[in-house]
Amino acid sequence: MNSFSYIRAADPAEAVSQLAQQSNGKFVAGGTNLFDLMKENIEQPPYVIDINRLDLARIEPLPQGGLRLGALVTNADTAWNELVEQNYPLLSKAILAGASPQLRNMATNGGNPLQRTRCYYFYDHATPCNKREPGTGCSALNGFNRIHAILGTSEHCIATHPSDMCVALRALGARVNIKGVNGERTIDFADLHRLPGDAPHLDNNLEHGDLITSIDLPEKQFKTNVAYLKLRDRQSYAFALVSVAVALEMNGDQILEARVALGGVAHKPWRDEAAEEQLKGQPATADHFKAFADTVLSGAIGYGHNTFKIELAKRAIVRALTTAAAQSVEEPSSQPLV
Amino acid sequence: MNTKYTGQSASRVDGPLKVTGKAKYAAEFAADGLLYGYVLNSNIASGEILSIDTTAAMGIKGVISVFTHENVEDLTWFNIKYKDMDSTAGTPFRPLGSNKILFSMQPIGLVVAESFEIARLAASLIEISYKEYPHVTNLQGELDHSKEAPMGKIGYVQPKSRGNAEKAYRKAEYKIQGEYVHAAEHHNPLEMLATTAIWEEEGKITLYDKTQGVSNVQMYISNVFGLKMENVRVVSPFVGGAFGIGLRPKYNVFLATLASLELRRNIRLVLTRQQMFSFGHRPGSVQRIAMSADLNGKLTSIQHAAFGETSTYEDYTEIVANWSGTMYNCENVKLKYELVKLNVATPTDMRAPGAVTSAHAFESAIDEMAYAIKMDPLEFRRINYAEEDQVEKKPYSSKELRACYDQGAAKFGWENRPLEPQSMREGNQLVGWGMANGAWDALMMPAKAQAILSADGKLILSSGTSDIGTGTYTIMTQIGAETLGLGLDDVTFQLGDTHMPMAPLEGGSWTAASVGSAVKAVCEEVKTKLFEMASKLKDTPFKRAKIKDFAVDHGHISLLSNPSARLSIVDVMRLSGVNSILETAMSGPDPKAKKTHSFNSHAAVFAEVKVDADLGTVVVTRVVCAVAAGKILNPKTAGSQILGSVVWGISKALEEESVLDNEFGRFMNHSLAEYHVAVNKDINEIDVIFVEEHDDLVNPLGIKGVGEIGIVAVAPAIANAVFHATGVRVRNLPITMDKVLQIAEEDKNQEEVPLLK
Amino acid sequence: MKNSVQNLQLPESIPVSLNVNGQQHNLSLQPWVSLLDTLREHLHLTGTKKGCDHGQCGACTVLVDGKRINSCLTMAVMKEGSEIVTIEGIAHGDTLHPLQQAFIEHDAFQCGYCTPGQICSAIGLMNEGKANTLDDVKELMSGNICRCGAYTHINEAIMQVKEQEAEAAILLKNTEASGLHEVSERDETSVPGAPAREAELVTEAEGGASHE
Repeated sequence: MNSFSYIRAADPAEAVSQLAQQSNGKFVAGGTNLFDLMKENIEQPPYVIDINRLDLARIEPLPQGGLRLGALVTNADTAWNELVEQNYPLLSKAILAGASPQLRNMATNGGNPLQRTRCYYFYDHATPCNKREPGTGCSALNGFNRIHAILGTSEHCIATHPSDMCVALRALGARVNIKGVNGERTIDFADLHRLPGDAPHLDNNLEHGDLITSIDLPEKQFKTNVAYLKLRDRQSYAFALVSVAVALEMNGDQILEARVALGGVAHKPWRDEAAEEQLKGQPATADHFKAFADTVLSGAIGYGHNTFKIELAKRAIVRALTTAAAQSVEEPSSQPLV
Repeated sequence: MNTKYTGQSASRVDGPLKVTGKAKYAAEFAADGLLYGYVLNSNIASGEILSIDTTAAMGIKGVISVFTHENVEDLTWFNIKYKDMDSTAGTPFRPLGSNKILFSMQPIGLVVAESFEIARLAASLIEISYKEYPHVTNLQGELDHSKEAPMGKIGYVQPKSRGNAEKAYRKAEYKIQGEYVHAAEHHNPLEMLATTAIWEEEGKITLYDKTQGVSNVQMYISNVFGLKMENVRVVSPFVGGAFGIGLRPKYNVFLATLASLELRRNIRLVLTRQQMFSFGHRPGSVQRIAMSADLNGKLTSIQHAAFGETSTYEDYTEIVANWSGTMYNCENVKLKYELVKLNVATPTDMRAPGAVTSAHAFESAIDEMAYAIKMDPLEFRRINYAEEDQVEKKPYSSKELRACYDQGAAKFGWENRPLEPQSMREGNQLVGWGMANGAWDALMMPAKAQAILSADGKLILSSGTSDIGTGTYTIMTQIGAETLGLGLDDVTFQLGDTHMPMAPLEGGSWTAASVGSAVKAVCEEVKTKLFEMASKLKDTPFKRAKIKDFAVDHGHISLLSNPSARLSIVDVMRLSGVNSILETAMSGPDPKAKKTHSFNSHAAVFAEVKVDADLGTVVVTRVVCAVAAGKILNPKTAGSQILGSVVWGISKALEEESVLDNEFGRFMNHSLAEYHVAVNKDINEIDVIFVEEHDDLVNPLGIKGVGEIGIVAVAPAIANAVFHATGVRVRNLPITMDKVLQIAEEDKNQEEVPLLK
Repeated sequence: MKNSVQNLQLPESIPVSLNVNGQQHNLSLQPWVSLLDTLREHLHLTGTKKGCDHGQCGACTVLVDGKRINSCLTMAVMKEGSEIVTIEGIAHGDTLHPLQQAFIEHDAFQCGYCTPGQICSAIGLMNEGKANTLDDVKELMSGNICRCGAYTHINEAIMQVKEQEAEAAILLKNTEASGLHEVSERDETSVPGAPAREAELVTEAEGGASHE
């Protein structure tokens, strides 16, 4: 860990201007990923600006409907917030599928989306990594890439975004409120993260000095037909190989609207809105789900160790849609194992 | 109403210290003017260091020194001085011994600074340039370059073949063959390796070290640094898990000692979790098994070829294929065990080394063989049950494996098991039941113990062994209290200090038998002393009584012939004018017994899995582990040992894998986030059964040790259950969802052996 | 892994006031010192363990303002003014916390290294009040790795204490309903939520000035 100066910000404006003055500074809220990375010298901010004293730790209904999640509300407090549990159960489920209770007590809503990839090579200075050191190459491309991306990849990077919460936020169509050097703005959650392209060192579209102040959940709630399915190499406390967040609006057996976001498969929470159109007005059957899954994964590329994710993601989508459509009642699968 | 403790459950005597945070581990001893170390490790797997520039690191305020191969001098010339009690054949690794890089993450420097944070920063500023050599780390790709495993490691014997297995196999109607693979695994005890080195005076040092053998560390350090044995004190009262990683002294204790002696300062060195992947591991293995049986279920041939990895500089050996020759009755057995040299750190013993590797392959193959003749796998094992050691042609001192079968199967409900795979289902979940059995050596080593009985009737026992969570503190207290008829509260057992009588390494499941026998022996001597004293007391019924006439219980001495004639131990000592009794005793294995008998513990494991039919996820929902391990000193702590072993087996079967990137020759998932070990959610119902097993031959206590036997057969039981659930044979551990679904790129199950004719 | 030269200046120490187990500690710390290292190396409260230093094992779990967190991933300077409870502050004098007692009774540990974190985590879990079933406990205790594999015993210990508390709560309710209040002082240590209390304070002397 590098030596750094610690600054405690008193309000958002001060925080933004403090960071703007320090070209390589970082905000810290929960610290769960920043300090993790600093201990490995992956992040080396000379200035760390502690924003925990900012007044951004509330969850409040928005006047026009929807819910505002303060950036400094912890993941745990968000997941277990009564309004979130009742109206946005998908978000609760996704958050609770991630990390550990201790980490969720530290990690914040503003920080969670900004956590960095868990790519082994990104974490290890002994190996080249374009995300860590642009231009050095991607070791995962031909390396051990079991946990890596199959969608939206580039020859420069096949890292994934590791968050569970963000997958639900992407499905729900959240919006992100940002305070920056040039004032405040709001962006779609879809536009927060980016694909690696030829600049994989950039995880998202934030400018230096930008502070996420809150995340807004839309008026549309999806209270019942939701599912978050997370597949991982152990039952808890592991990152997703594939995760699926599903929110359905149903009329009887008919799908009025489907939202399906994938985690663990891309550099950002993955969603294919065009394919979702395919499900509109259709009955909730395995055939439709399979066809949808095929469409979503049609552009997927496997890199060897992670090629199984293409098939696995399809199966996970079908299962999650089935579960959501059945309002969490699991039905026997018709599909044979082999 | 007697003071009988062995065989009874007792809570850990060190429990209160552990639940209050007062138990002190190696990195937790305070010292004046403590300095902190931070190790720098190599980025490459093979080559040499051309230059190492410590200027920037040394320029930081608070950095005291940087040790590298360039400035480490005056150590012994002789490689043999680096040998330790668990060494293998070959040349031991010498930390900072030269500029040669033998494996990735090899320690190449030590920064010593006034704080941990400064040392960590400084380590990151050291500039190194390497000359890289080609490296080879892919075991499966190097099988053509395997070589016979040499002797050298204590306990290693080469596997013996018998009969003509190839011929029998050719002629057989029912046969199977398969290749079984498992990756390297790292121990990852929760406490990382650490040393607090206290500089006492010139040439004299005290080391608080995380180790399974204080004497081993003492010997190693005194040899390497040329110190007198008595000037190296090693202390290790608590060890936060080890599982074998604490058997051989590691570079942390070497480096801490080096810096402490050089700087004449106290130093603390704690390795990072990443660095816990920078030394010995359970070697990855490839095993090829072919087997045949007749229609009655009799095994007609066994062929087992095992390949293990080792380093370029040492030959680490395990007993792998040997087990396949002893487990079952079979006339034609061909066994082979070979090593492949790779640019990795020398593997090291990890819980049930060899046996667990062997059982994964062999017990899976047995299941496949049973299925080839459509026979219940338990029935198949019963038919081929080995009444005596098939290799040594000697009877077992005891072998209650049949009782394990009976009681385990009954508890599990095995009799209701349909033979056909894919025949049980709950919704999306395919349910499968599998079983396997395993064995482990019941060993005993020479050990010493000391007893001091004070005038107040309190007994202090000591032996330089360790308690890595195994319950040593507790069972030794029980043995001592029982032998001298004292209350548990009257007895204190101390361990983990080279000032105490010497004990063997804490491993191999032999500590209870070895140290326990020494403790019993020394207590018997104290007892004899007390009886002698009592028989000399005037005006008591004990006068002129013979030793054999006495008994002890509840802190009193009495006469067998007249139990009401009692005198407290305190009174005996007071009346005799004795302030304390000090005795030392040694015990060891009976060499005659070994000539006539073989000594093994056994276990049968039954597992239930639920496998998602679409997603391939595996959950182990139920395990019954029935163990025959002689007398169980403390069912509570012994039960926990088995329980933990089962958790290890589940973890091994489904999760553990140290992933080597062959391009870099480096383990890449070097963290607890990506090296998965079982978490709470992974573990469901586990039943432990200890079957009655009486054994007068194995050792004076009749015990066989329980640290390892529990894990041996767990992974194959689970693999067999997965087959029963799905019809898919996953021969490559860990069993992950992609392998179950047979969509894994590296899936080796493509060449399906016809299993169900 | 090169740090740039501009970082060679060491961080300046900052006065930090930490309330640990009810005792105020006025320290001067560099901001790069984690709460975990502060507890272990500066306050000699070594009951809190370092198992990975990356939030991947839970051994370093402590309670901050009643909530369980990984002390390895927070810097001490960030916890100015917070009430921190470590394993050393759980027992009430010589009387063990019910969870500590239950851990011993159920043999819920072997090597003991993860135990302080497990116990602090379990107290945090009970404070949260979200674990109603054994399955909930398993999921919500999965942030604490026990490499010795004592999970089933850990869960038995937690379930037992949860049941004891539930019974105590019913008893208390019935007692209040009947107008009797003399049991209001019942087993204070089992009341979840109280992050700091006048516990047996572990001071510098506990860590010892020498290594003996």
